[in-house]
Amino acid sequence: MNVTLTRLSSRLLWSVLVLLGTSVITFFVAHAVPADPARTMAGAKADAETIRRIRHEMHFDEPRVQQYGRYLWGLAHGDLGKSYVTNQRVTDAILTRLPATLALSTMAVVFWMLLAVPVGVLTAKFRDSKFDRTVLVLGTIGLSLPAFWLGRMLQYALAYRAGYFPVAGFRGWRHLLLPALTLVILFAGYYARLIHSSMVEVLSSDYVRMARAKGLSEIAVLFRHGLRNALIPVITVLGMDVAGLLGGVIFTENVFALPGIGTLALQSVFNLDVPIIMGTVLFSAAMVVAANLGVDFLYHWVDPRVKRD
Amino acid sequence: MSGLLIVGSLVLLALIAPTLSRHHVLLDPVEQSARGLDQDGMPLAPSKQFLFGTDNLGRDVLSRVIHGARISLSVGIAAMATATIIGVTVGVLAGYYGRPLDTLLMRFTEITMTIPALLLAIAFAGLMDGKQVHPHPSWLPWHFLDVTLRPGLGSIFLIIGFVSWTGIVRVVRGQVLALRERDFIQASKALGSSDARVMLRHILPNVLPTIIVLAAMSTAGTILLEAGLSYLGIGVPPPAPSWGSLIADGQPYFIAAPHIVIVPGIAIILTVVGFNLLGQGLQDVLDPFQKPVKK
Repeated sequence: MNVTLTRLSSRLLWSVLVLLGTSVITFFVAHAVPADPARTMAGAKADAETIRRIRHEMHFDEPRVQQYGRYLWGLAHGDLGKSYVTNQRVTDAILTRLPATLALSTMAVVFWMLLAVPVGVLTAKFRDSKFDRTVLVLGTIGLSLPAFWLGRMLQYALAYRAGYFPVAGFRGWRHLLLPALTLVILFAGYYARLIHSSMVEVLSSDYVRMARAKGLSEIAVLFRHGLRNALIPVITVLGMDVAGLLGGVIFTENVFALPGIGTLALQSVFNLDVPIIMGTVLFSAAMVVAANLGVDFLYHWVDPRVKRD
Repeated sequence: MSGLLIVGSLVLLALIAPTLSRHHVLLDPVEQSARGLDQDGMPLAPSKQFLFGTDNLGRDVLSRVIHGARISLSVGIAAMATATIIGVTVGVLAGYYGRPLDTLLMRFTEITMTIPALLLAIAFAGLMDGKQVHPHPSWLPWHFLDVTLRPGLGSIFLIIGFVSWTGIVRVVRGQVLALRERDFIQASKALGSSDARVMLRHILPNVLPTIIVLAAMSTAGTILLEAGLSYLGIGVPPPAPSWGSLIADGQPYFIAAPHIVIVPGIAIILTVVGFNLLGQGLQDVLDPFQKPVKK
């Protein structure tokens, strides 16, 4: 138990370091953008004096490193600064956008796992059958679809033409169904494949043969002994995929005009709104790190073998 | 090897596109003609003359999509090459030298992985606005090193390459770690080969099959990313017909003329499926992961 604790605390420390590194990279990339925020904030007709005053008030005239130090100090106190464009606090901007993104991602992950788990198990059970090969082809196509294109097509066919779903916007969970479906089509096949290969490996192991020899029902063998072990590597990938999921979420939110973190991030990049860029990137990085950390904890809970290593 | 077939024919089509246009097999991709619009100035639906219809400026969609293949494929492949070079270099160095370099490089990779590639790419693309960069110390007159950052083919594939190398590192490093302990590497070292020689002559050829498979698969990713960036309007600047920007340009006319959006989308899917299948096929042939799974 002690070993576990040390390991996990070192992981936690490392996560903080990763986020620090992320903040350094993002800060210097975002500040390399050659726009003059003071001029933008002052407006087109501002005189030189106003611009200089803003530049001084916002500390734009300090050296970069000092600015970074100031940013970090604020960050340590939970202050991510204010948007250059709307003057809204970055934390508020992110928090008001969070529900849409969180609900969309959760809904999508739950749906695609509900689809991928049985499909993955069945294709492993009936390997090289017609069903298996169809799933492989469909999964490859799903993985190859551009999110923005698929979103538009679904929006046109199922919302605009057929009217099954709301076309865009966010006024309740019904508005999330189609964006979630987009993500499910993109990712479900891939996860079905992951579960498939993991299952194939597990099903040829000794303990599964043992379970069969004991005379357990096929369902018990597949799900209790097979799936439980097969899911472990899949969870790892899911944790690492959070960053990739965010990419899909950005496009999906964009197509369906969802007021989420993705649209916020896109807007901020086009507005050169550096505090929001920093905030959204750091926030998503924190999500990725937290997901990896979560996977680590889950491991210890699901798989007792990890503790011994 | 259906992947090879798809990718091969796409590359061929992209290569001969200008010749086809010159011989009037294909229409001019940038010619805006009144013939290509109806009386109300709207795009034409697919017909015998325009197989996939015309876009909002009366340009032939088929021709623009085929010419778009030149841009999407070259950006995708160049970005893949950039990503592969970075990924393989980092992976081989980390795996070969072990700690402390390994720790340093892998930690850096991990940090890069936490930043969503799309956001990083957009932020980089924001840098490309004609600013001059002097990568040499100011007291040295090395002005040949000056780079002007501007949007274009060159910067876009570098950007995509810079954000998509992390996946390659892990696999390559893992393989190198295993190879390093093998007898023939030890023997070569014992014979006094330099580290560079061991890496280039012994390690690299043995990782090559893996690299080829990873390269084919990552091309699928880079082409999707290029399409995405162009869709958002920060990819290859117009009037170059990139698939992503074709879709973005067609969106306002989507209800009236859905073919403008559908056709380039299908081109993207076909290409990405092609590269994914190519990767899977190569994996079966080269079997770099050496899975003991037998039928």
